[in-house]
Amino acid sequence: MRPLTPVTPRARAVLGVSFFVLFVAVWAAVTFGGLVPKIFLADPLQMLRSGWVLMTEMDFAHDIGMTMWRVIGGFLIAAALALPLGVMMGAYKPVEAFFEPFVSFARYLPASAFIPLLILWAGIGEAQKLALIFIGSFFQLVLMIAVTVGNTRRDLVEAAYTLGSSDSSLVRRVLIPGAAPEIAETLRMVLGWAWTYVIVAELIGASSGIGHMITDSQALLATDQIIFGIIVIGLIGLASDLLFKWANRRLFPWAQLGR
Amino acid sequence: MNKSILQVRGVERRFDTTLALQATDIDIAENDFVTILGPSGCGKSTLLRIVAGLDVQTAGEVLLDGQRISGPGADRGMVFQSYTLFPWLTVLDNVCFGLRERGLPSEQQLDIAHGFLAKVGLKGFANHYPKQLSGGMQQRTALARALANKPRMLLMDEPFGALDHQTRELMQELLLGIWEAERKTVLFVTHDIDEAVFMGTRVVVMSARPGRIKLDHTVPLAHPRHYSVKTTAPFSELKAELTEAVREEVLAAQAASAALA
Repeated sequence: MRPLTPVTPRARAVLGVSFFVLFVAVWAAVTFGGLVPKIFLADPLQMLRSGWVLMTEMDFAHDIGMTMWRVIGGFLIAAALALPLGVMMGAYKPVEAFFEPFVSFARYLPASAFIPLLILWAGIGEAQKLALIFIGSFFQLVLMIAVTVGNTRRDLVEAAYTLGSSDSSLVRRVLIPGAAPEIAETLRMVLGWAWTYVIVAELIGASSGIGHMITDSQALLATDQIIFGIIVIGLIGLASDLLFKWANRRLFPWAQLGR
Repeated sequence: MNKSILQVRGVERRFDTTLALQATDIDIAENDFVTILGPSGCGKSTLLRIVAGLDVQTAGEVLLDGQRISGPGADRGMVFQSYTLFPWLTVLDNVCFGLRERGLPSEQQLDIAHGFLAKVGLKGFANHYPKQLSGGMQQRTALARALANKPRMLLMDEPFGALDHQTRELMQELLLGIWEAERKTVLFVTHDIDEAVFMGTRVVVMSARPGRIKLDHTVPLAHPRHYSVKTTAPFSELKAELTEAVREEVLAAQAASAALA
């Protein structure tokens, strides 16, 4: 194979699907074939059956809805605050010098380690879940947005000044629109991380949500339900990712050119 | 000679300890097309950037219409060597950029922008994005964008330097044609001697670093100029003299860097 040579879209789709098929086939082989006892790993059919039961009899849709609400809520709060702060840090170096060291430190604080504190401060209600997602995504977003804005091509900045831009219009008309596609990519990526935080938040002290269902299933050794829950998370993640990519392409057609 | 609109008075630029530009004086007359020639690293771009207000001199001052320059502004339009169209704006919106900054009503913006796009031969490309254009077309758009702003003078920093030879020659003719029609005052930096003679009403040669003005000649060629002027005797004579002058400086620059190594 020659490195970096592109594949046709058709071949790409076939290859992508075939790994899923292979994955399920191996899973089916080891479970149906008896290589792995049922108590450790349910087989694919069992997983689908209990998924059906979860959806039809145990109102799992409500859990999914709760989890999605928490992810989207916490993420939107984080993004709403991170966007202006990140842009300010990227554009104005004193602002960056003021916040950057703390944010760099804070982003390495493991969000899940805050759970005991957050339960103490915010109880085990929704506020605690949102706060955890906020902590997990806010600092990452701020830093990546600041870097993106700070990396604006200097010659574009100079061109804008020679066309009569003021400092504030430079931020509005050059720094923000120029950084927008990459900021949207950052949001897409960090939303994916937010999904891992929400499940952690729900594993401890939750009465609803996908993570809650998974903890409940653990007590019953219901690996079929656990796997179903994990797959649902994966599918929602994939769907939101595709949605984000589609929206970015629609919003920033110019950024797709020459790729 | 017309009255001078730009005066460079004792402008010097130091970077830490190295002197990039020696105290330089130059006057640019209204409607002149002044080309600045010199070996790379001689400080010609530095001088242009100081006039643009994008760099700050360590001594001296620059006056435009008698006013001291203290930063970049719309009165000095600039075309850069790199492609500096805003990639998120269409060709038309790029040309409108400065007009919008001035707060012109959008009808008027579009009117002016379409006019200048026609002048640079890009009528049918108003709704293209920069990445869909060739390098030459991008630089034509950048020229339209600078001119649409009606600057007092146009500063050009090797604007055709990244283009292939054939495109570059066509761009020279295009710019010269526009200049002959409008007589906008131009300060044009290049290291291409043919370009400097063909385009300029006046050629200035700068020495190797630290840069200073070494030669200052009026170009004895009438306007309008046809590209065939490049094969005439007066052209060749001036070119020969400038080639000699620039060559000395390139050799001096090489000797200087060899001495450092």
